[in-house]
Amino acid sequence: MSEYLKPLPEPSIDSQPFWDGLKEGRLLLQTCSDCGTVRHYPRPMCEKCQSMECHWTEATGRGQLYTWTETHHPFHFGFKGELPYILATVELDEGVRIQTQLLGGAKVGDLRVGTPIEVVLDRATDEWVLPYVRLVK
Amino acid sequence: MANTLNGKTAITGIGETKYSRGTDKSSIGLMLEASIKAIHDAGLKPNQVDGIIPYCLGPVGEEVMTGLGLTDVRFSAQTPMGGASPVAALQCAAAVIAAGVCNHVLVVLGRRGYSDARVTTRLAAMPQFRQIAEFENPVGAFAPAQLYAPMIRRHMELYGTNPDQFAEVAVAMRNHAMLNDNAIMKSPLTVEDHHNSRMISDPYRLFDCCLESDGGTAVIVSSSEYAKDTRAPVTILGVGEGHPDSPSTITQRPDMLELGLSKAAPRVFEMAGVKHKDIDVAEIYDCFTGMVIAEIEDLGFCEKGEGGPFVEGGRIRLGGELPVNTHGGLLSQAHIAGMNHVYELVRQLRHEGGAAQVPNAQIGLVTGYGDLGDGSLAIMQRAS
Ligand SMILES: [Zn+2]
Repeated sequence: MSEYLKPLPEPSIDSQPFWDGLKEGRLLLQTCSDCGTVRHYPRPMCEKCQSMECHWTEATGRGQLYTWTETHHPFHFGFKGELPYILATVELDEGVRIQTQLLGGAKVGDLRVGTPIEVVLDRATDEWVLPYVRLVK
Repeated sequence: MANTLNGKTAITGIGETKYSRGTDKSSIGLMLEASIKAIHDAGLKPNQVDGIIPYCLGPVGEEVMTGLGLTDVRFSAQTPMGGASPVAALQCAAAVIAAGVCNHVLVVLGRRGYSDARVTTRLAAMPQFRQIAEFENPVGAFAPAQLYAPMIRRHMELYGTNPDQFAEVAVAMRNHAMLNDNAIMKSPLTVEDHHNSRMISDPYRLFDCCLESDGGTAVIVSSSEYAKDTRAPVTILGVGEGHPDSPSTITQRPDMLELGLSKAAPRVFEMAGVKHKDIDVAEIYDCFTGMVIAEIEDLGFCEKGEGGPFVEGGRIRLGGELPVNTHGGLLSQAHIAGMNHVYELVRQLRHEGGAAQVPNAQIGLVTGYGDLGDGSLAIMQRAS
């Protein structure tokens, strides 16, 4: 395997279960055990009820396009070969958003707010699986 | 509570270095050079400065004290909000002066934004960007252009904002920079030049993005009692900061288009006791063209979504209804993180704006924007 040139996550105590879930092929979201509010990115306290009790629930992996940008400038050498690439902000059905690359050769001109999106998981290295998205076929 | 800081303080001194792309001076050197100019401009001796607020990145307060030989500093702090920091620092300075802690607070920024670490490298190391680093860098989102472009893309989709309107902001700033001896970008820019410039992160092209610059800027905030005997004081009528909900990431903000400035603006206008029609000149933090449009909305000059049409027709150019960034802004003067905007507002209200002077400017505002949505605002008035 060639050397992996992109940055990799440095998980915190709070986010480790999210990354562990991806390794098992599951998109897990942090959920308040007291009021049920789903939150992302992972953090110690529920902003709705201030509970510190949480559990992790598996997301449907479905959502809608909230906004996007197509990057043309090489901000990082690890991504140079992929330019241009689309970064999508996606509102998941669970109500939280993720920002990640939109794969599958979508054209910027075809994108609209609300376009249906699904999450795809991709193994970056032996240790890391990252979440990406594509248009729902 | 609304009028706590109204009229309690004034800016009595301003100083700036040459702004450039490339310098043989250190960041602390740029800070000290700007500081001593501001101190002298205020009619002070260095040791009369008894409070300091250096920018949140770069040399710390102790280095400024050592460099200027300050021996009686009673307050030092930072206001870590990226580009919202300088104007937020004015609130901090006004508060400690009004409380009687200090008489003269030095707010200073010096940076080698061109000669040292460039923006993408700097951000990755900032604690405010920890969640971006963990969740968004691994999939390709690094730079402010990439993080802010989706905000304005949504604005375009919801409200029909368009690249001609971005170009109008870029051209207005350039026209103003061409009148400024201390501006970096001095050659003419047209709408076509803007549209033909290379794409950075769609919809933002090269001329939608601010400069990366070297330079230093400083101001002295003083008590109003002292200020009334100085050469050209500019009174702080209202000042404040505001933070968006979920301020540590853009993506998780309930409404991505609602900036912290939308919370600060009503409070600061009320504190200042002025209306929007009273504003003669506006220095608006312009890291990207689209941010000027978004901030004009959050300031309350028009409804959300109407900022694009608002900037059309020369309204934000000199001679227009609301001249914006009469120095050329971050887009065409220099990126001194908005300290140069504070400097320019004072210059305008002193009627020392030279070729870019707004005739008979009496009241103006300056904004800051940074760290993904934090906002700050000050409204100032020429002392009568
Ligand atoms: Zn809860």
